[in-house]
Amino acid sequence: MNPFDYRRAEDADSAVAAVAGRPAAAFLGGGTNLVDHMKLGIANPELLVDVTRLPLGGVEPLEDGGVRVGAGVRNSDLAADPLIRERYPVLSQALLSGASGQLRNLATTGGNLLQRTRCVYFQDVTTPCNKREPGSGCSAIGGWNRYHAVLGASDQCVAVHPSDMAVALCALDAVVRVQGPGGHRGIPLVDFHRLPGEEPDRDTVLEHGELITSIDLPELPMAARSKYRKVRDRASYAFALVSVAAALDVAGGRVREARIAFGGLAHKPWRATRAEEALRGEPATARAFGAAADAELADARPLPGNGFKVPMARSALVSTLTELAGEDA
Amino acid sequence: MEAEITLDVDGERHRITADTRTTVLDALRDHLGITSAKKGCDHGQCGACTVLADGRRVTTCLSLAVASQDVHFTTAQGLARDGGHPVQQAFLDHDAFQCGYCTPGQVCSAVGVLDEFGRGWPSAVTPDVRAEPELDDEEIRERMSGNLCRCGAYTGIVAAIGEVGGNR
Ligand SMILES: Cc1cc2nc3c(=O)[nH]c(=O)nc-3n(C[C@H](O)[C@H](O)[C@H](O)COP(=O)(O)OP(=O)(O)OC[C@H]3O[C@@H](n4cnc5c(N)ncnc54)[C@H](O)[C@@H]3O)c2cc1C
Ligand code: SF4
Ligand code: FES
Ligand code: FES
Repeated sequence: MNPFDYRRAEDADSAVAAVAGRPAAAFLGGGTNLVDHMKLGIANPELLVDVTRLPLGGVEPLEDGGVRVGAGVRNSDLAADPLIRERYPVLSQALLSGASGQLRNLATTGGNLLQRTRCVYFQDVTTPCNKREPGSGCSAIGGWNRYHAVLGASDQCVAVHPSDMAVALCALDAVVRVQGPGGHRGIPLVDFHRLPGEEPDRDTVLEHGELITSIDLPELPMAARSKYRKVRDRASYAFALVSVAAALDVAGGRVREARIAFGGLAHKPWRATRAEEALRGEPATARAFGAAADAELADARPLPGNGFKVPMARSALVSTLTELAGEDA
Repeated sequence: MEAEITLDVDGERHRITADTRTTVLDALRDHLGITSAKKGCDHGQCGACTVLADGRRVTTCLSLAVASQDVHFTTAQGLARDGGHPVQQAFLDHDAFQCGYCTPGQVCSAVGVLDEFGRGWPSAVTPDVRAEPELDDEEIRERMSGNLCRCGAYTGIVAAIGEVGGNR
C-alpha cells in the first residue's frame, strides 16, 4: 500500500473541494472495497477524505411519496429499515444477499454503488486488464470467464458489475443525488453505471470529486410485491452468477406492469425493458414469463466459459415472476 | 504518514502513533498486543478478525485505524472479562471449536447475531422480510456465514448460539 494522507471531512462542501482539487484523492466510505484495492495495489490514493461522519445518514420518507436514503447509511441498517422492508422488499432482500453481516455493518450505500468489478484479472495486478490499465488488454476474453458478461460487453472488457443493491435500485427507478464542484445533480440509476465500450476504466458517469449524497426511491406501490433472487456457486456469502430483481402488478390474471433488472449479466445492472414490454397485458403465466425472458436475452453473446448464464437467467426470471404472480397483492 | 490515533478497546483508551495505512486489526495486534482478533485472509473474506464496534459486529482487516477513532471496540478478550460472556460459556459447553484460530471472531460474530435477532433484523433466508425472523438453525447458519473455518466446528457453533438465543 502506498502512503497517504487522511482527512475527516467536516461538511460536504469541503469534502468535495478536497477531492476535486487533487487528482489522486478519494472519498472513504466503509472502506470494504477501497482499502482492499489499496492492499492489492489496484488503487493508490494520496489523500483519503473520510465521509462517514458527514450528515448523510437516515432513511426518510419524501413528500412526493418516495424515500430518501442517505449515502452514508450502512447496508445493514438499510436492509433492516421498516420503511424499506414494507415498501421495497426487493431492496432489503438484495442487500441481505450481499457480503456478510460484518461487512454490511460497514458498507455504505454510496460505496456499494461504486464498488468495482470482481473480475479476477482486474484484481490481480500481474495480469493485463483494460479496466485497471487502459490499453493493456483483457485477460478474461480468451481466459477464465465463468463470471463474465453476456450482454452489452465490448472487445475491451467483459466484466460484470458486482453490486446486488444496485440491481434492485435499477428495477425501482432510483435516482442518485450527487454534489460536485459545479453544484448538485440527480442521475437516474439506470444511467449511472456505464457499459464498457472504449473506456472500460470508467464504471460510472460520475466525475472526479462528485460526492454521492443520497439515493432517492420514487413512490412505487407495486414494489410491495417484489423479490430478489440470487443464483451463486455456494448458498451464501458469494457474488452472483446471475440475479433478478422484479416487481409485478397483476390484475385479473393479467400483467399490468412489471419492473425487472438482472445482475451478473453485464457491466451494469441490466434493466430488462424488453421483457417488461413483452409482459404488459399478457396473462401472468410461466409461458408468458419465458417469452419475456427470451425477448430480453435474444442479444446475449456468451463467452466460452459462461454460456450457462443465458438459460440460468431465463429460469431465474421465470421462477421469480411465477412466485410473485402467486402472491396475494 | 504517521498519525496520532486514539483507540478505545475493551473499555480502555489507547494513544498510539502509527502509519495511516494501519488497519484496526493490525493496531489491535501489533500496537496494543490484543491478539484475540485473528488475521486470516486480511481481505474481508473469512471473519477471523471480527470484533464489536459500538456493539455491532464488523471485520477489522479493511477498516483503517485512523478512521476508527471514537468507536468503542469490544474484542473476544473483552467479552471474557468478569467470568465471560454467555456465548463463550455456550461455546465451551457445545465444544464449538477445534484448533481455535477462528473462535474469537466466531464468538464476536455470534454476539452480534444475537443482538441483530433481538432487534428483529431479517436475513437472506427470512421467508418474509416484513416479518420478525425466527431463531432457527437455518437463520443461524446464514447469519454466521461470514465466518469461515477450515476445522469446521460449525455444528457446535450453531448449537451454542441457538442455546443462548433460547432456541432449545
Ligand atoms: C468478502 C466480500 C464479499 C462481498 N460480497 C458482496 C456481494 O455478494 N454483493 C455485493 O453487492 N457486494 C459484496 N461485497 C462488496 C461490498 O458490498 C462493498 O465493498 C461495499 O458495499 C462498499 O461500500 P463501502 O462503504 O465500504 O465503500 P468504500 O470501500 O469506502 O468505497 C468504495 C468506492 O466508493 C467511493 N465512495 C464511497 N462513498 C462515496 C460517496 N458518498 N460519494 C462518492 N464516492 C464514494 C470510494 O472512493 C471508493 O471508490 C463484498 C465485499 C467483500 C469484502
Ligand atoms: S473483463 Fe474487464 S476487468 Fe476483467 S480483465 Fe478484461 S478488461 Fe479487465
Ligand atoms: S482477516 Fe478480516 S475477514 Fe479475514
Ligand atoms: S478453528 Fe481451526 S481453522 Fe477454524
